[in-house]
Amino acid sequence: MGQTIIEKIISHNTGKESVKPGEIVVVSVDRVMLDDIMIPFIADKFEEMGFAKIWDSDKVVLIYDHLVPASQLDDTRHYKVGDHFAEQYGLKHVHRSDGICHQLMTEAGYVKPGDVVFGTDSHTTTYGCVAAFSTGIGYTEMAAILGTGSLWVKVPETIRIVIEGRLPDYVMSKDVILRIIGDLGADGATYRALEFCGSGVDQMSVSSRMTMANMAIEAGAKCALFTPDEKTAQYCQVELDSWQKSLAGDEDASYYKTITYRAEDFVPVMACPSQVDKICNVADLEGIQIDQVFIGSCTNGRLEDLQMAARVLKGKKVAPFVKLIVTPASRKVYEEAGACGVLNVLAEAGAIITHPGCGLCCGRTGGILGDGERVVATNNRNFLGRMGTSKVEIYLASPAVAAACAVAGKITADFSCGGES
Amino acid sequence: MGMTIAEKIIALAAGVSEVKAGNIYTVTLDRMMSNDGTTHLTVDMYHNKLKHPRIADPEKMVFIVDHNVPSDSPKTAASQKKMRDFAREHGIDFWEGKGVCHQIMMERYVRPGELIFGADSHTCTYGALGAFGTGVGCTDLLYGMVTGTSWLLAPETVKFQLVGKLPQGVYPRDLMLTIIGEIGANGVNYQVMEFCGEGAKTLSVSDRMVLCNLAVEAGAKTAIFEADEIALAYLKERGREPKAVLKSDEDAVYAREYTFDLSKIQPVAARPDFVDDVVPAKEVCGVRIDEAFLGSCNNGRIDDLRAGAAIVKGRKVSDHVRFLVVPASQEVYLQALHEGLIDTFMKSGAIVMNPNCSVCWGSCQGVIGENEVLISTGTRNFKGRAGHPSSKVYLGSAATVAASAVKGEICTADMLDETRI
Amino acid sequence: MEQFTGNVWTLGDDIDTDIIIPTEYLALKTIEEMKQYGFSPLRPKLASQIRQGDMIVAGKNFGCGSSREQAPEVIKALGIRCIIAKSFARIFFRNSINNGLLLIEQPDLYDDLKEGDSITVTVNHGIDYQGKHYPIASLPDNLMEIIEAGGLVKAMRRKNGLECV
Repeated sequence: MGQTIIEKIISHNTGKESVKPGEIVVVSVDRVMLDDIMIPFIADKFEEMGFAKIWDSDKVVLIYDHLVPASQLDDTRHYKVGDHFAEQYGLKHVHRSDGICHQLMTEAGYVKPGDVVFGTDSHTTTYGCVAAFSTGIGYTEMAAILGTGSLWVKVPETIRIVIEGRLPDYVMSKDVILRIIGDLGADGATYRALEFCGSGVDQMSVSSRMTMANMAIEAGAKCALFTPDEKTAQYCQVELDSWQKSLAGDEDASYYKTITYRAEDFVPVMACPSQVDKICNVADLEGIQIDQVFIGSCTNGRLEDLQMAARVLKGKKVAPFVKLIVTPASRKVYEEAGACGVLNVLAEAGAIITHPGCGLCCGRTGGILGDGERVVATNNRNFLGRMGTSKVEIYLASPAVAAACAVAGKITADFSCGGES
Repeated sequence: MGMTIAEKIIALAAGVSEVKAGNIYTVTLDRMMSNDGTTHLTVDMYHNKLKHPRIADPEKMVFIVDHNVPSDSPKTAASQKKMRDFAREHGIDFWEGKGVCHQIMMERYVRPGELIFGADSHTCTYGALGAFGTGVGCTDLLYGMVTGTSWLLAPETVKFQLVGKLPQGVYPRDLMLTIIGEIGANGVNYQVMEFCGEGAKTLSVSDRMVLCNLAVEAGAKTAIFEADEIALAYLKERGREPKAVLKSDEDAVYAREYTFDLSKIQPVAARPDFVDDVVPAKEVCGVRIDEAFLGSCNNGRIDDLRAGAAIVKGRKVSDHVRFLVVPASQEVYLQALHEGLIDTFMKSGAIVMNPNCSVCWGSCQGVIGENEVLISTGTRNFKGRAGHPSSKVYLGSAATVAASAVKGEICTADMLDETRI
Repeated sequence: MEQFTGNVWTLGDDIDTDIIIPTEYLALKTIEEMKQYGFSPLRPKLASQIRQGDMIVAGKNFGCGSSREQAPEVIKALGIRCIIAKSFARIFFRNSINNGLLLIEQPDLYDDLKEGDSITVTVNHGIDYQGKHYPIASLPDNLMEIIEAGGLVKAMRRKNGLECV
């Protein structure tokens, strides 16, 4: 009997011939990610549990991103606690201002195809873009992993999503995943794994896949996996071994369900306030006035996202009284965007370019909004109050749509911004 | 009897032929600037306190959002929205996220001979272009906005004769801190600091801004340089014409005169919590720092970024230091991007933020925590200015700040070892 | 079998973790400081109205969103005895179990009752409301072990020999 990708990873990890959905197993952890918001709680729980040392300090990555730069009086306390914890337990990998955790975990090579990875942030599902089983957990479980190197998991059922064909110009993987979340519903994949395949997926860059794996949690998924290919190998700077190459769903694997899309059918969409699964075609929202646009986050703050925004914004200006905030996902993305002229185009258009970090997406700083304001944002959540008061309306969109909206000052999918494209 | 530049500007604005220090004049204002520190209060008064609210001349008004950009709370978002809506309704020039107000004013508006009110104490910066700029409260600003006029007690002028040239590695900021250290925080209370002499000719407009900007820290109402060929060249480059090019008369009356020999100036630092507690920088070397800040209306221009970048190039910011680099305006940012300075800072591990007031204003970005130490190119080191009341702020030049960021403790640039990557 | 009775607060579908405790307050030092802001984006007064032993009954996908464990901790600190929902988001479910906060999946109860009513819960058996019985499933053994230990921290302390069974 064949296996899905997640079943293969869990079997391999646990040394079993095969595993079945519903089975509870204990996995050995290949890597963990700890973030700045959670570190004081993790440190407390770890000590309360009575552990003397970390199971393998090389496997631990500590990243400051939610609270960088510090915006409240007590924020720097989290750095202090983190630094102290890192020193006390000999952590080797600490990033203090290099960007968003999920971007760094993949970009800096901490995650390899087939790895089992946990992080104290729900968007840890992102690493499925390179075929890692990764998912978010709370700080208590993280503390337990730090002591034991293992965690129990229930083998999830898999939903297979097949995308065949080629996406239209200006339609991005963000539009794809938003549509899928709309179709599945915000809890449509709860406790299940998503598995993406098809020629439409094969054509995507690792960055585009990352956007989709990142947002899988918004449908409730435990993880979201892509078969590793040459692009994955290059991105991770590894040679894929034969097992890693085999990480594709078998023909005779058992799926909870399979959904098939034609890539050509995707159109620019938005998640409307205040549910991620409330998906509308941008064409149907045309003309709604906006106050702010945010391009960034672990969902859509990568080089290809900024390049797409620059393509739309080149030679244009952000509409009067509208703010465009751009927060690159990492230091590396920032540097590359600077080197290829993208930052220049964005700044010339009037963008406010901030240092890499979670920024506005996590709602602590970076462009918080007030009552009655409306924002188009490329991140992953539009929950009530996520970016300010509960009277802020958040529309989630792709970087292409976001950039077009910034120029128009209203919702639009006119990527030529009124001119010839 | 002769008049000083400041007296001549007041005479022009009051429509009188002679102005004497100590007399009160009704003046017509050439321009008014208000930022997000207080504009919401002005707008509230405009709506609630006036019987017949009107704006004398919207073209003279400039609103600039620079203190909390991007906004960090629903409260600041609401203040900024109020400001934005008012500007839009009344056709007032509006800038958001494009830089610190005084830098934008200098780049876009200020002309020699003008009398300008700004609802910010560092409005005295505009003297670098031979204008009389002074900080006022929001009630004064409201009166000016409604009537186009105000009253002004003509201040006495104190002459600062500058001779010689600053040595290599010593900056205008060292000079101005030295002057403030010598005359004290109330050394020129309610007076005008007029900088002149052959030493003044060695200073660029940017250098002059450093001096004028900090004049308020010695209690001055404003500071001023004669609009010479250097100032006029700056103006011409930006396509502006002077209102009036004024010189102080030979027989003008000065309250006092000081002479400073630029060639004798050494790197200095102001110790917490007073701007006039100035000592040679060597005396505070070795103080461990948590954060370093290069930016502000005082020291966030291209010259300053060049000085900082030259020091960090090929070096790494100390692990325990957060080095915030904040260009004073979008124009400065674009220039720095073009020159590769932004890349140098990013590669060194610095946190490069969008143009804004940042930690100089102590909110929104880089707030420092309990007992933390900051070395800053900002304007003030008052108790709690940059964050927690127990935190400490040292002021130094861009070079000293950058060198300290690398070393992890306060040091001057010549104390770093030569090793570069 | 453990049994308890209490009053219910009803909340809707997709109650996300940003509603349960907004990011703005996540860096406060303690759960005690945080709890007053519980549910504030949706119902600002709710945190002050909840009494010890009350229960929450909600629709589908309760606790969706972030992995913040402050969410179940805040709910527990407010005095909520258990949450009954049509379904729970995955991370929230684990976090609650690990903190000893009881979660019960029940598909029908939410549609039948109204806020302020009283219900009786019999753990791993069912819920009784106005004479009607609503069956509930038992939790798997490995989860009951964690709950019985009093949460994951205590389970680990046992493992490290710091607490006796």
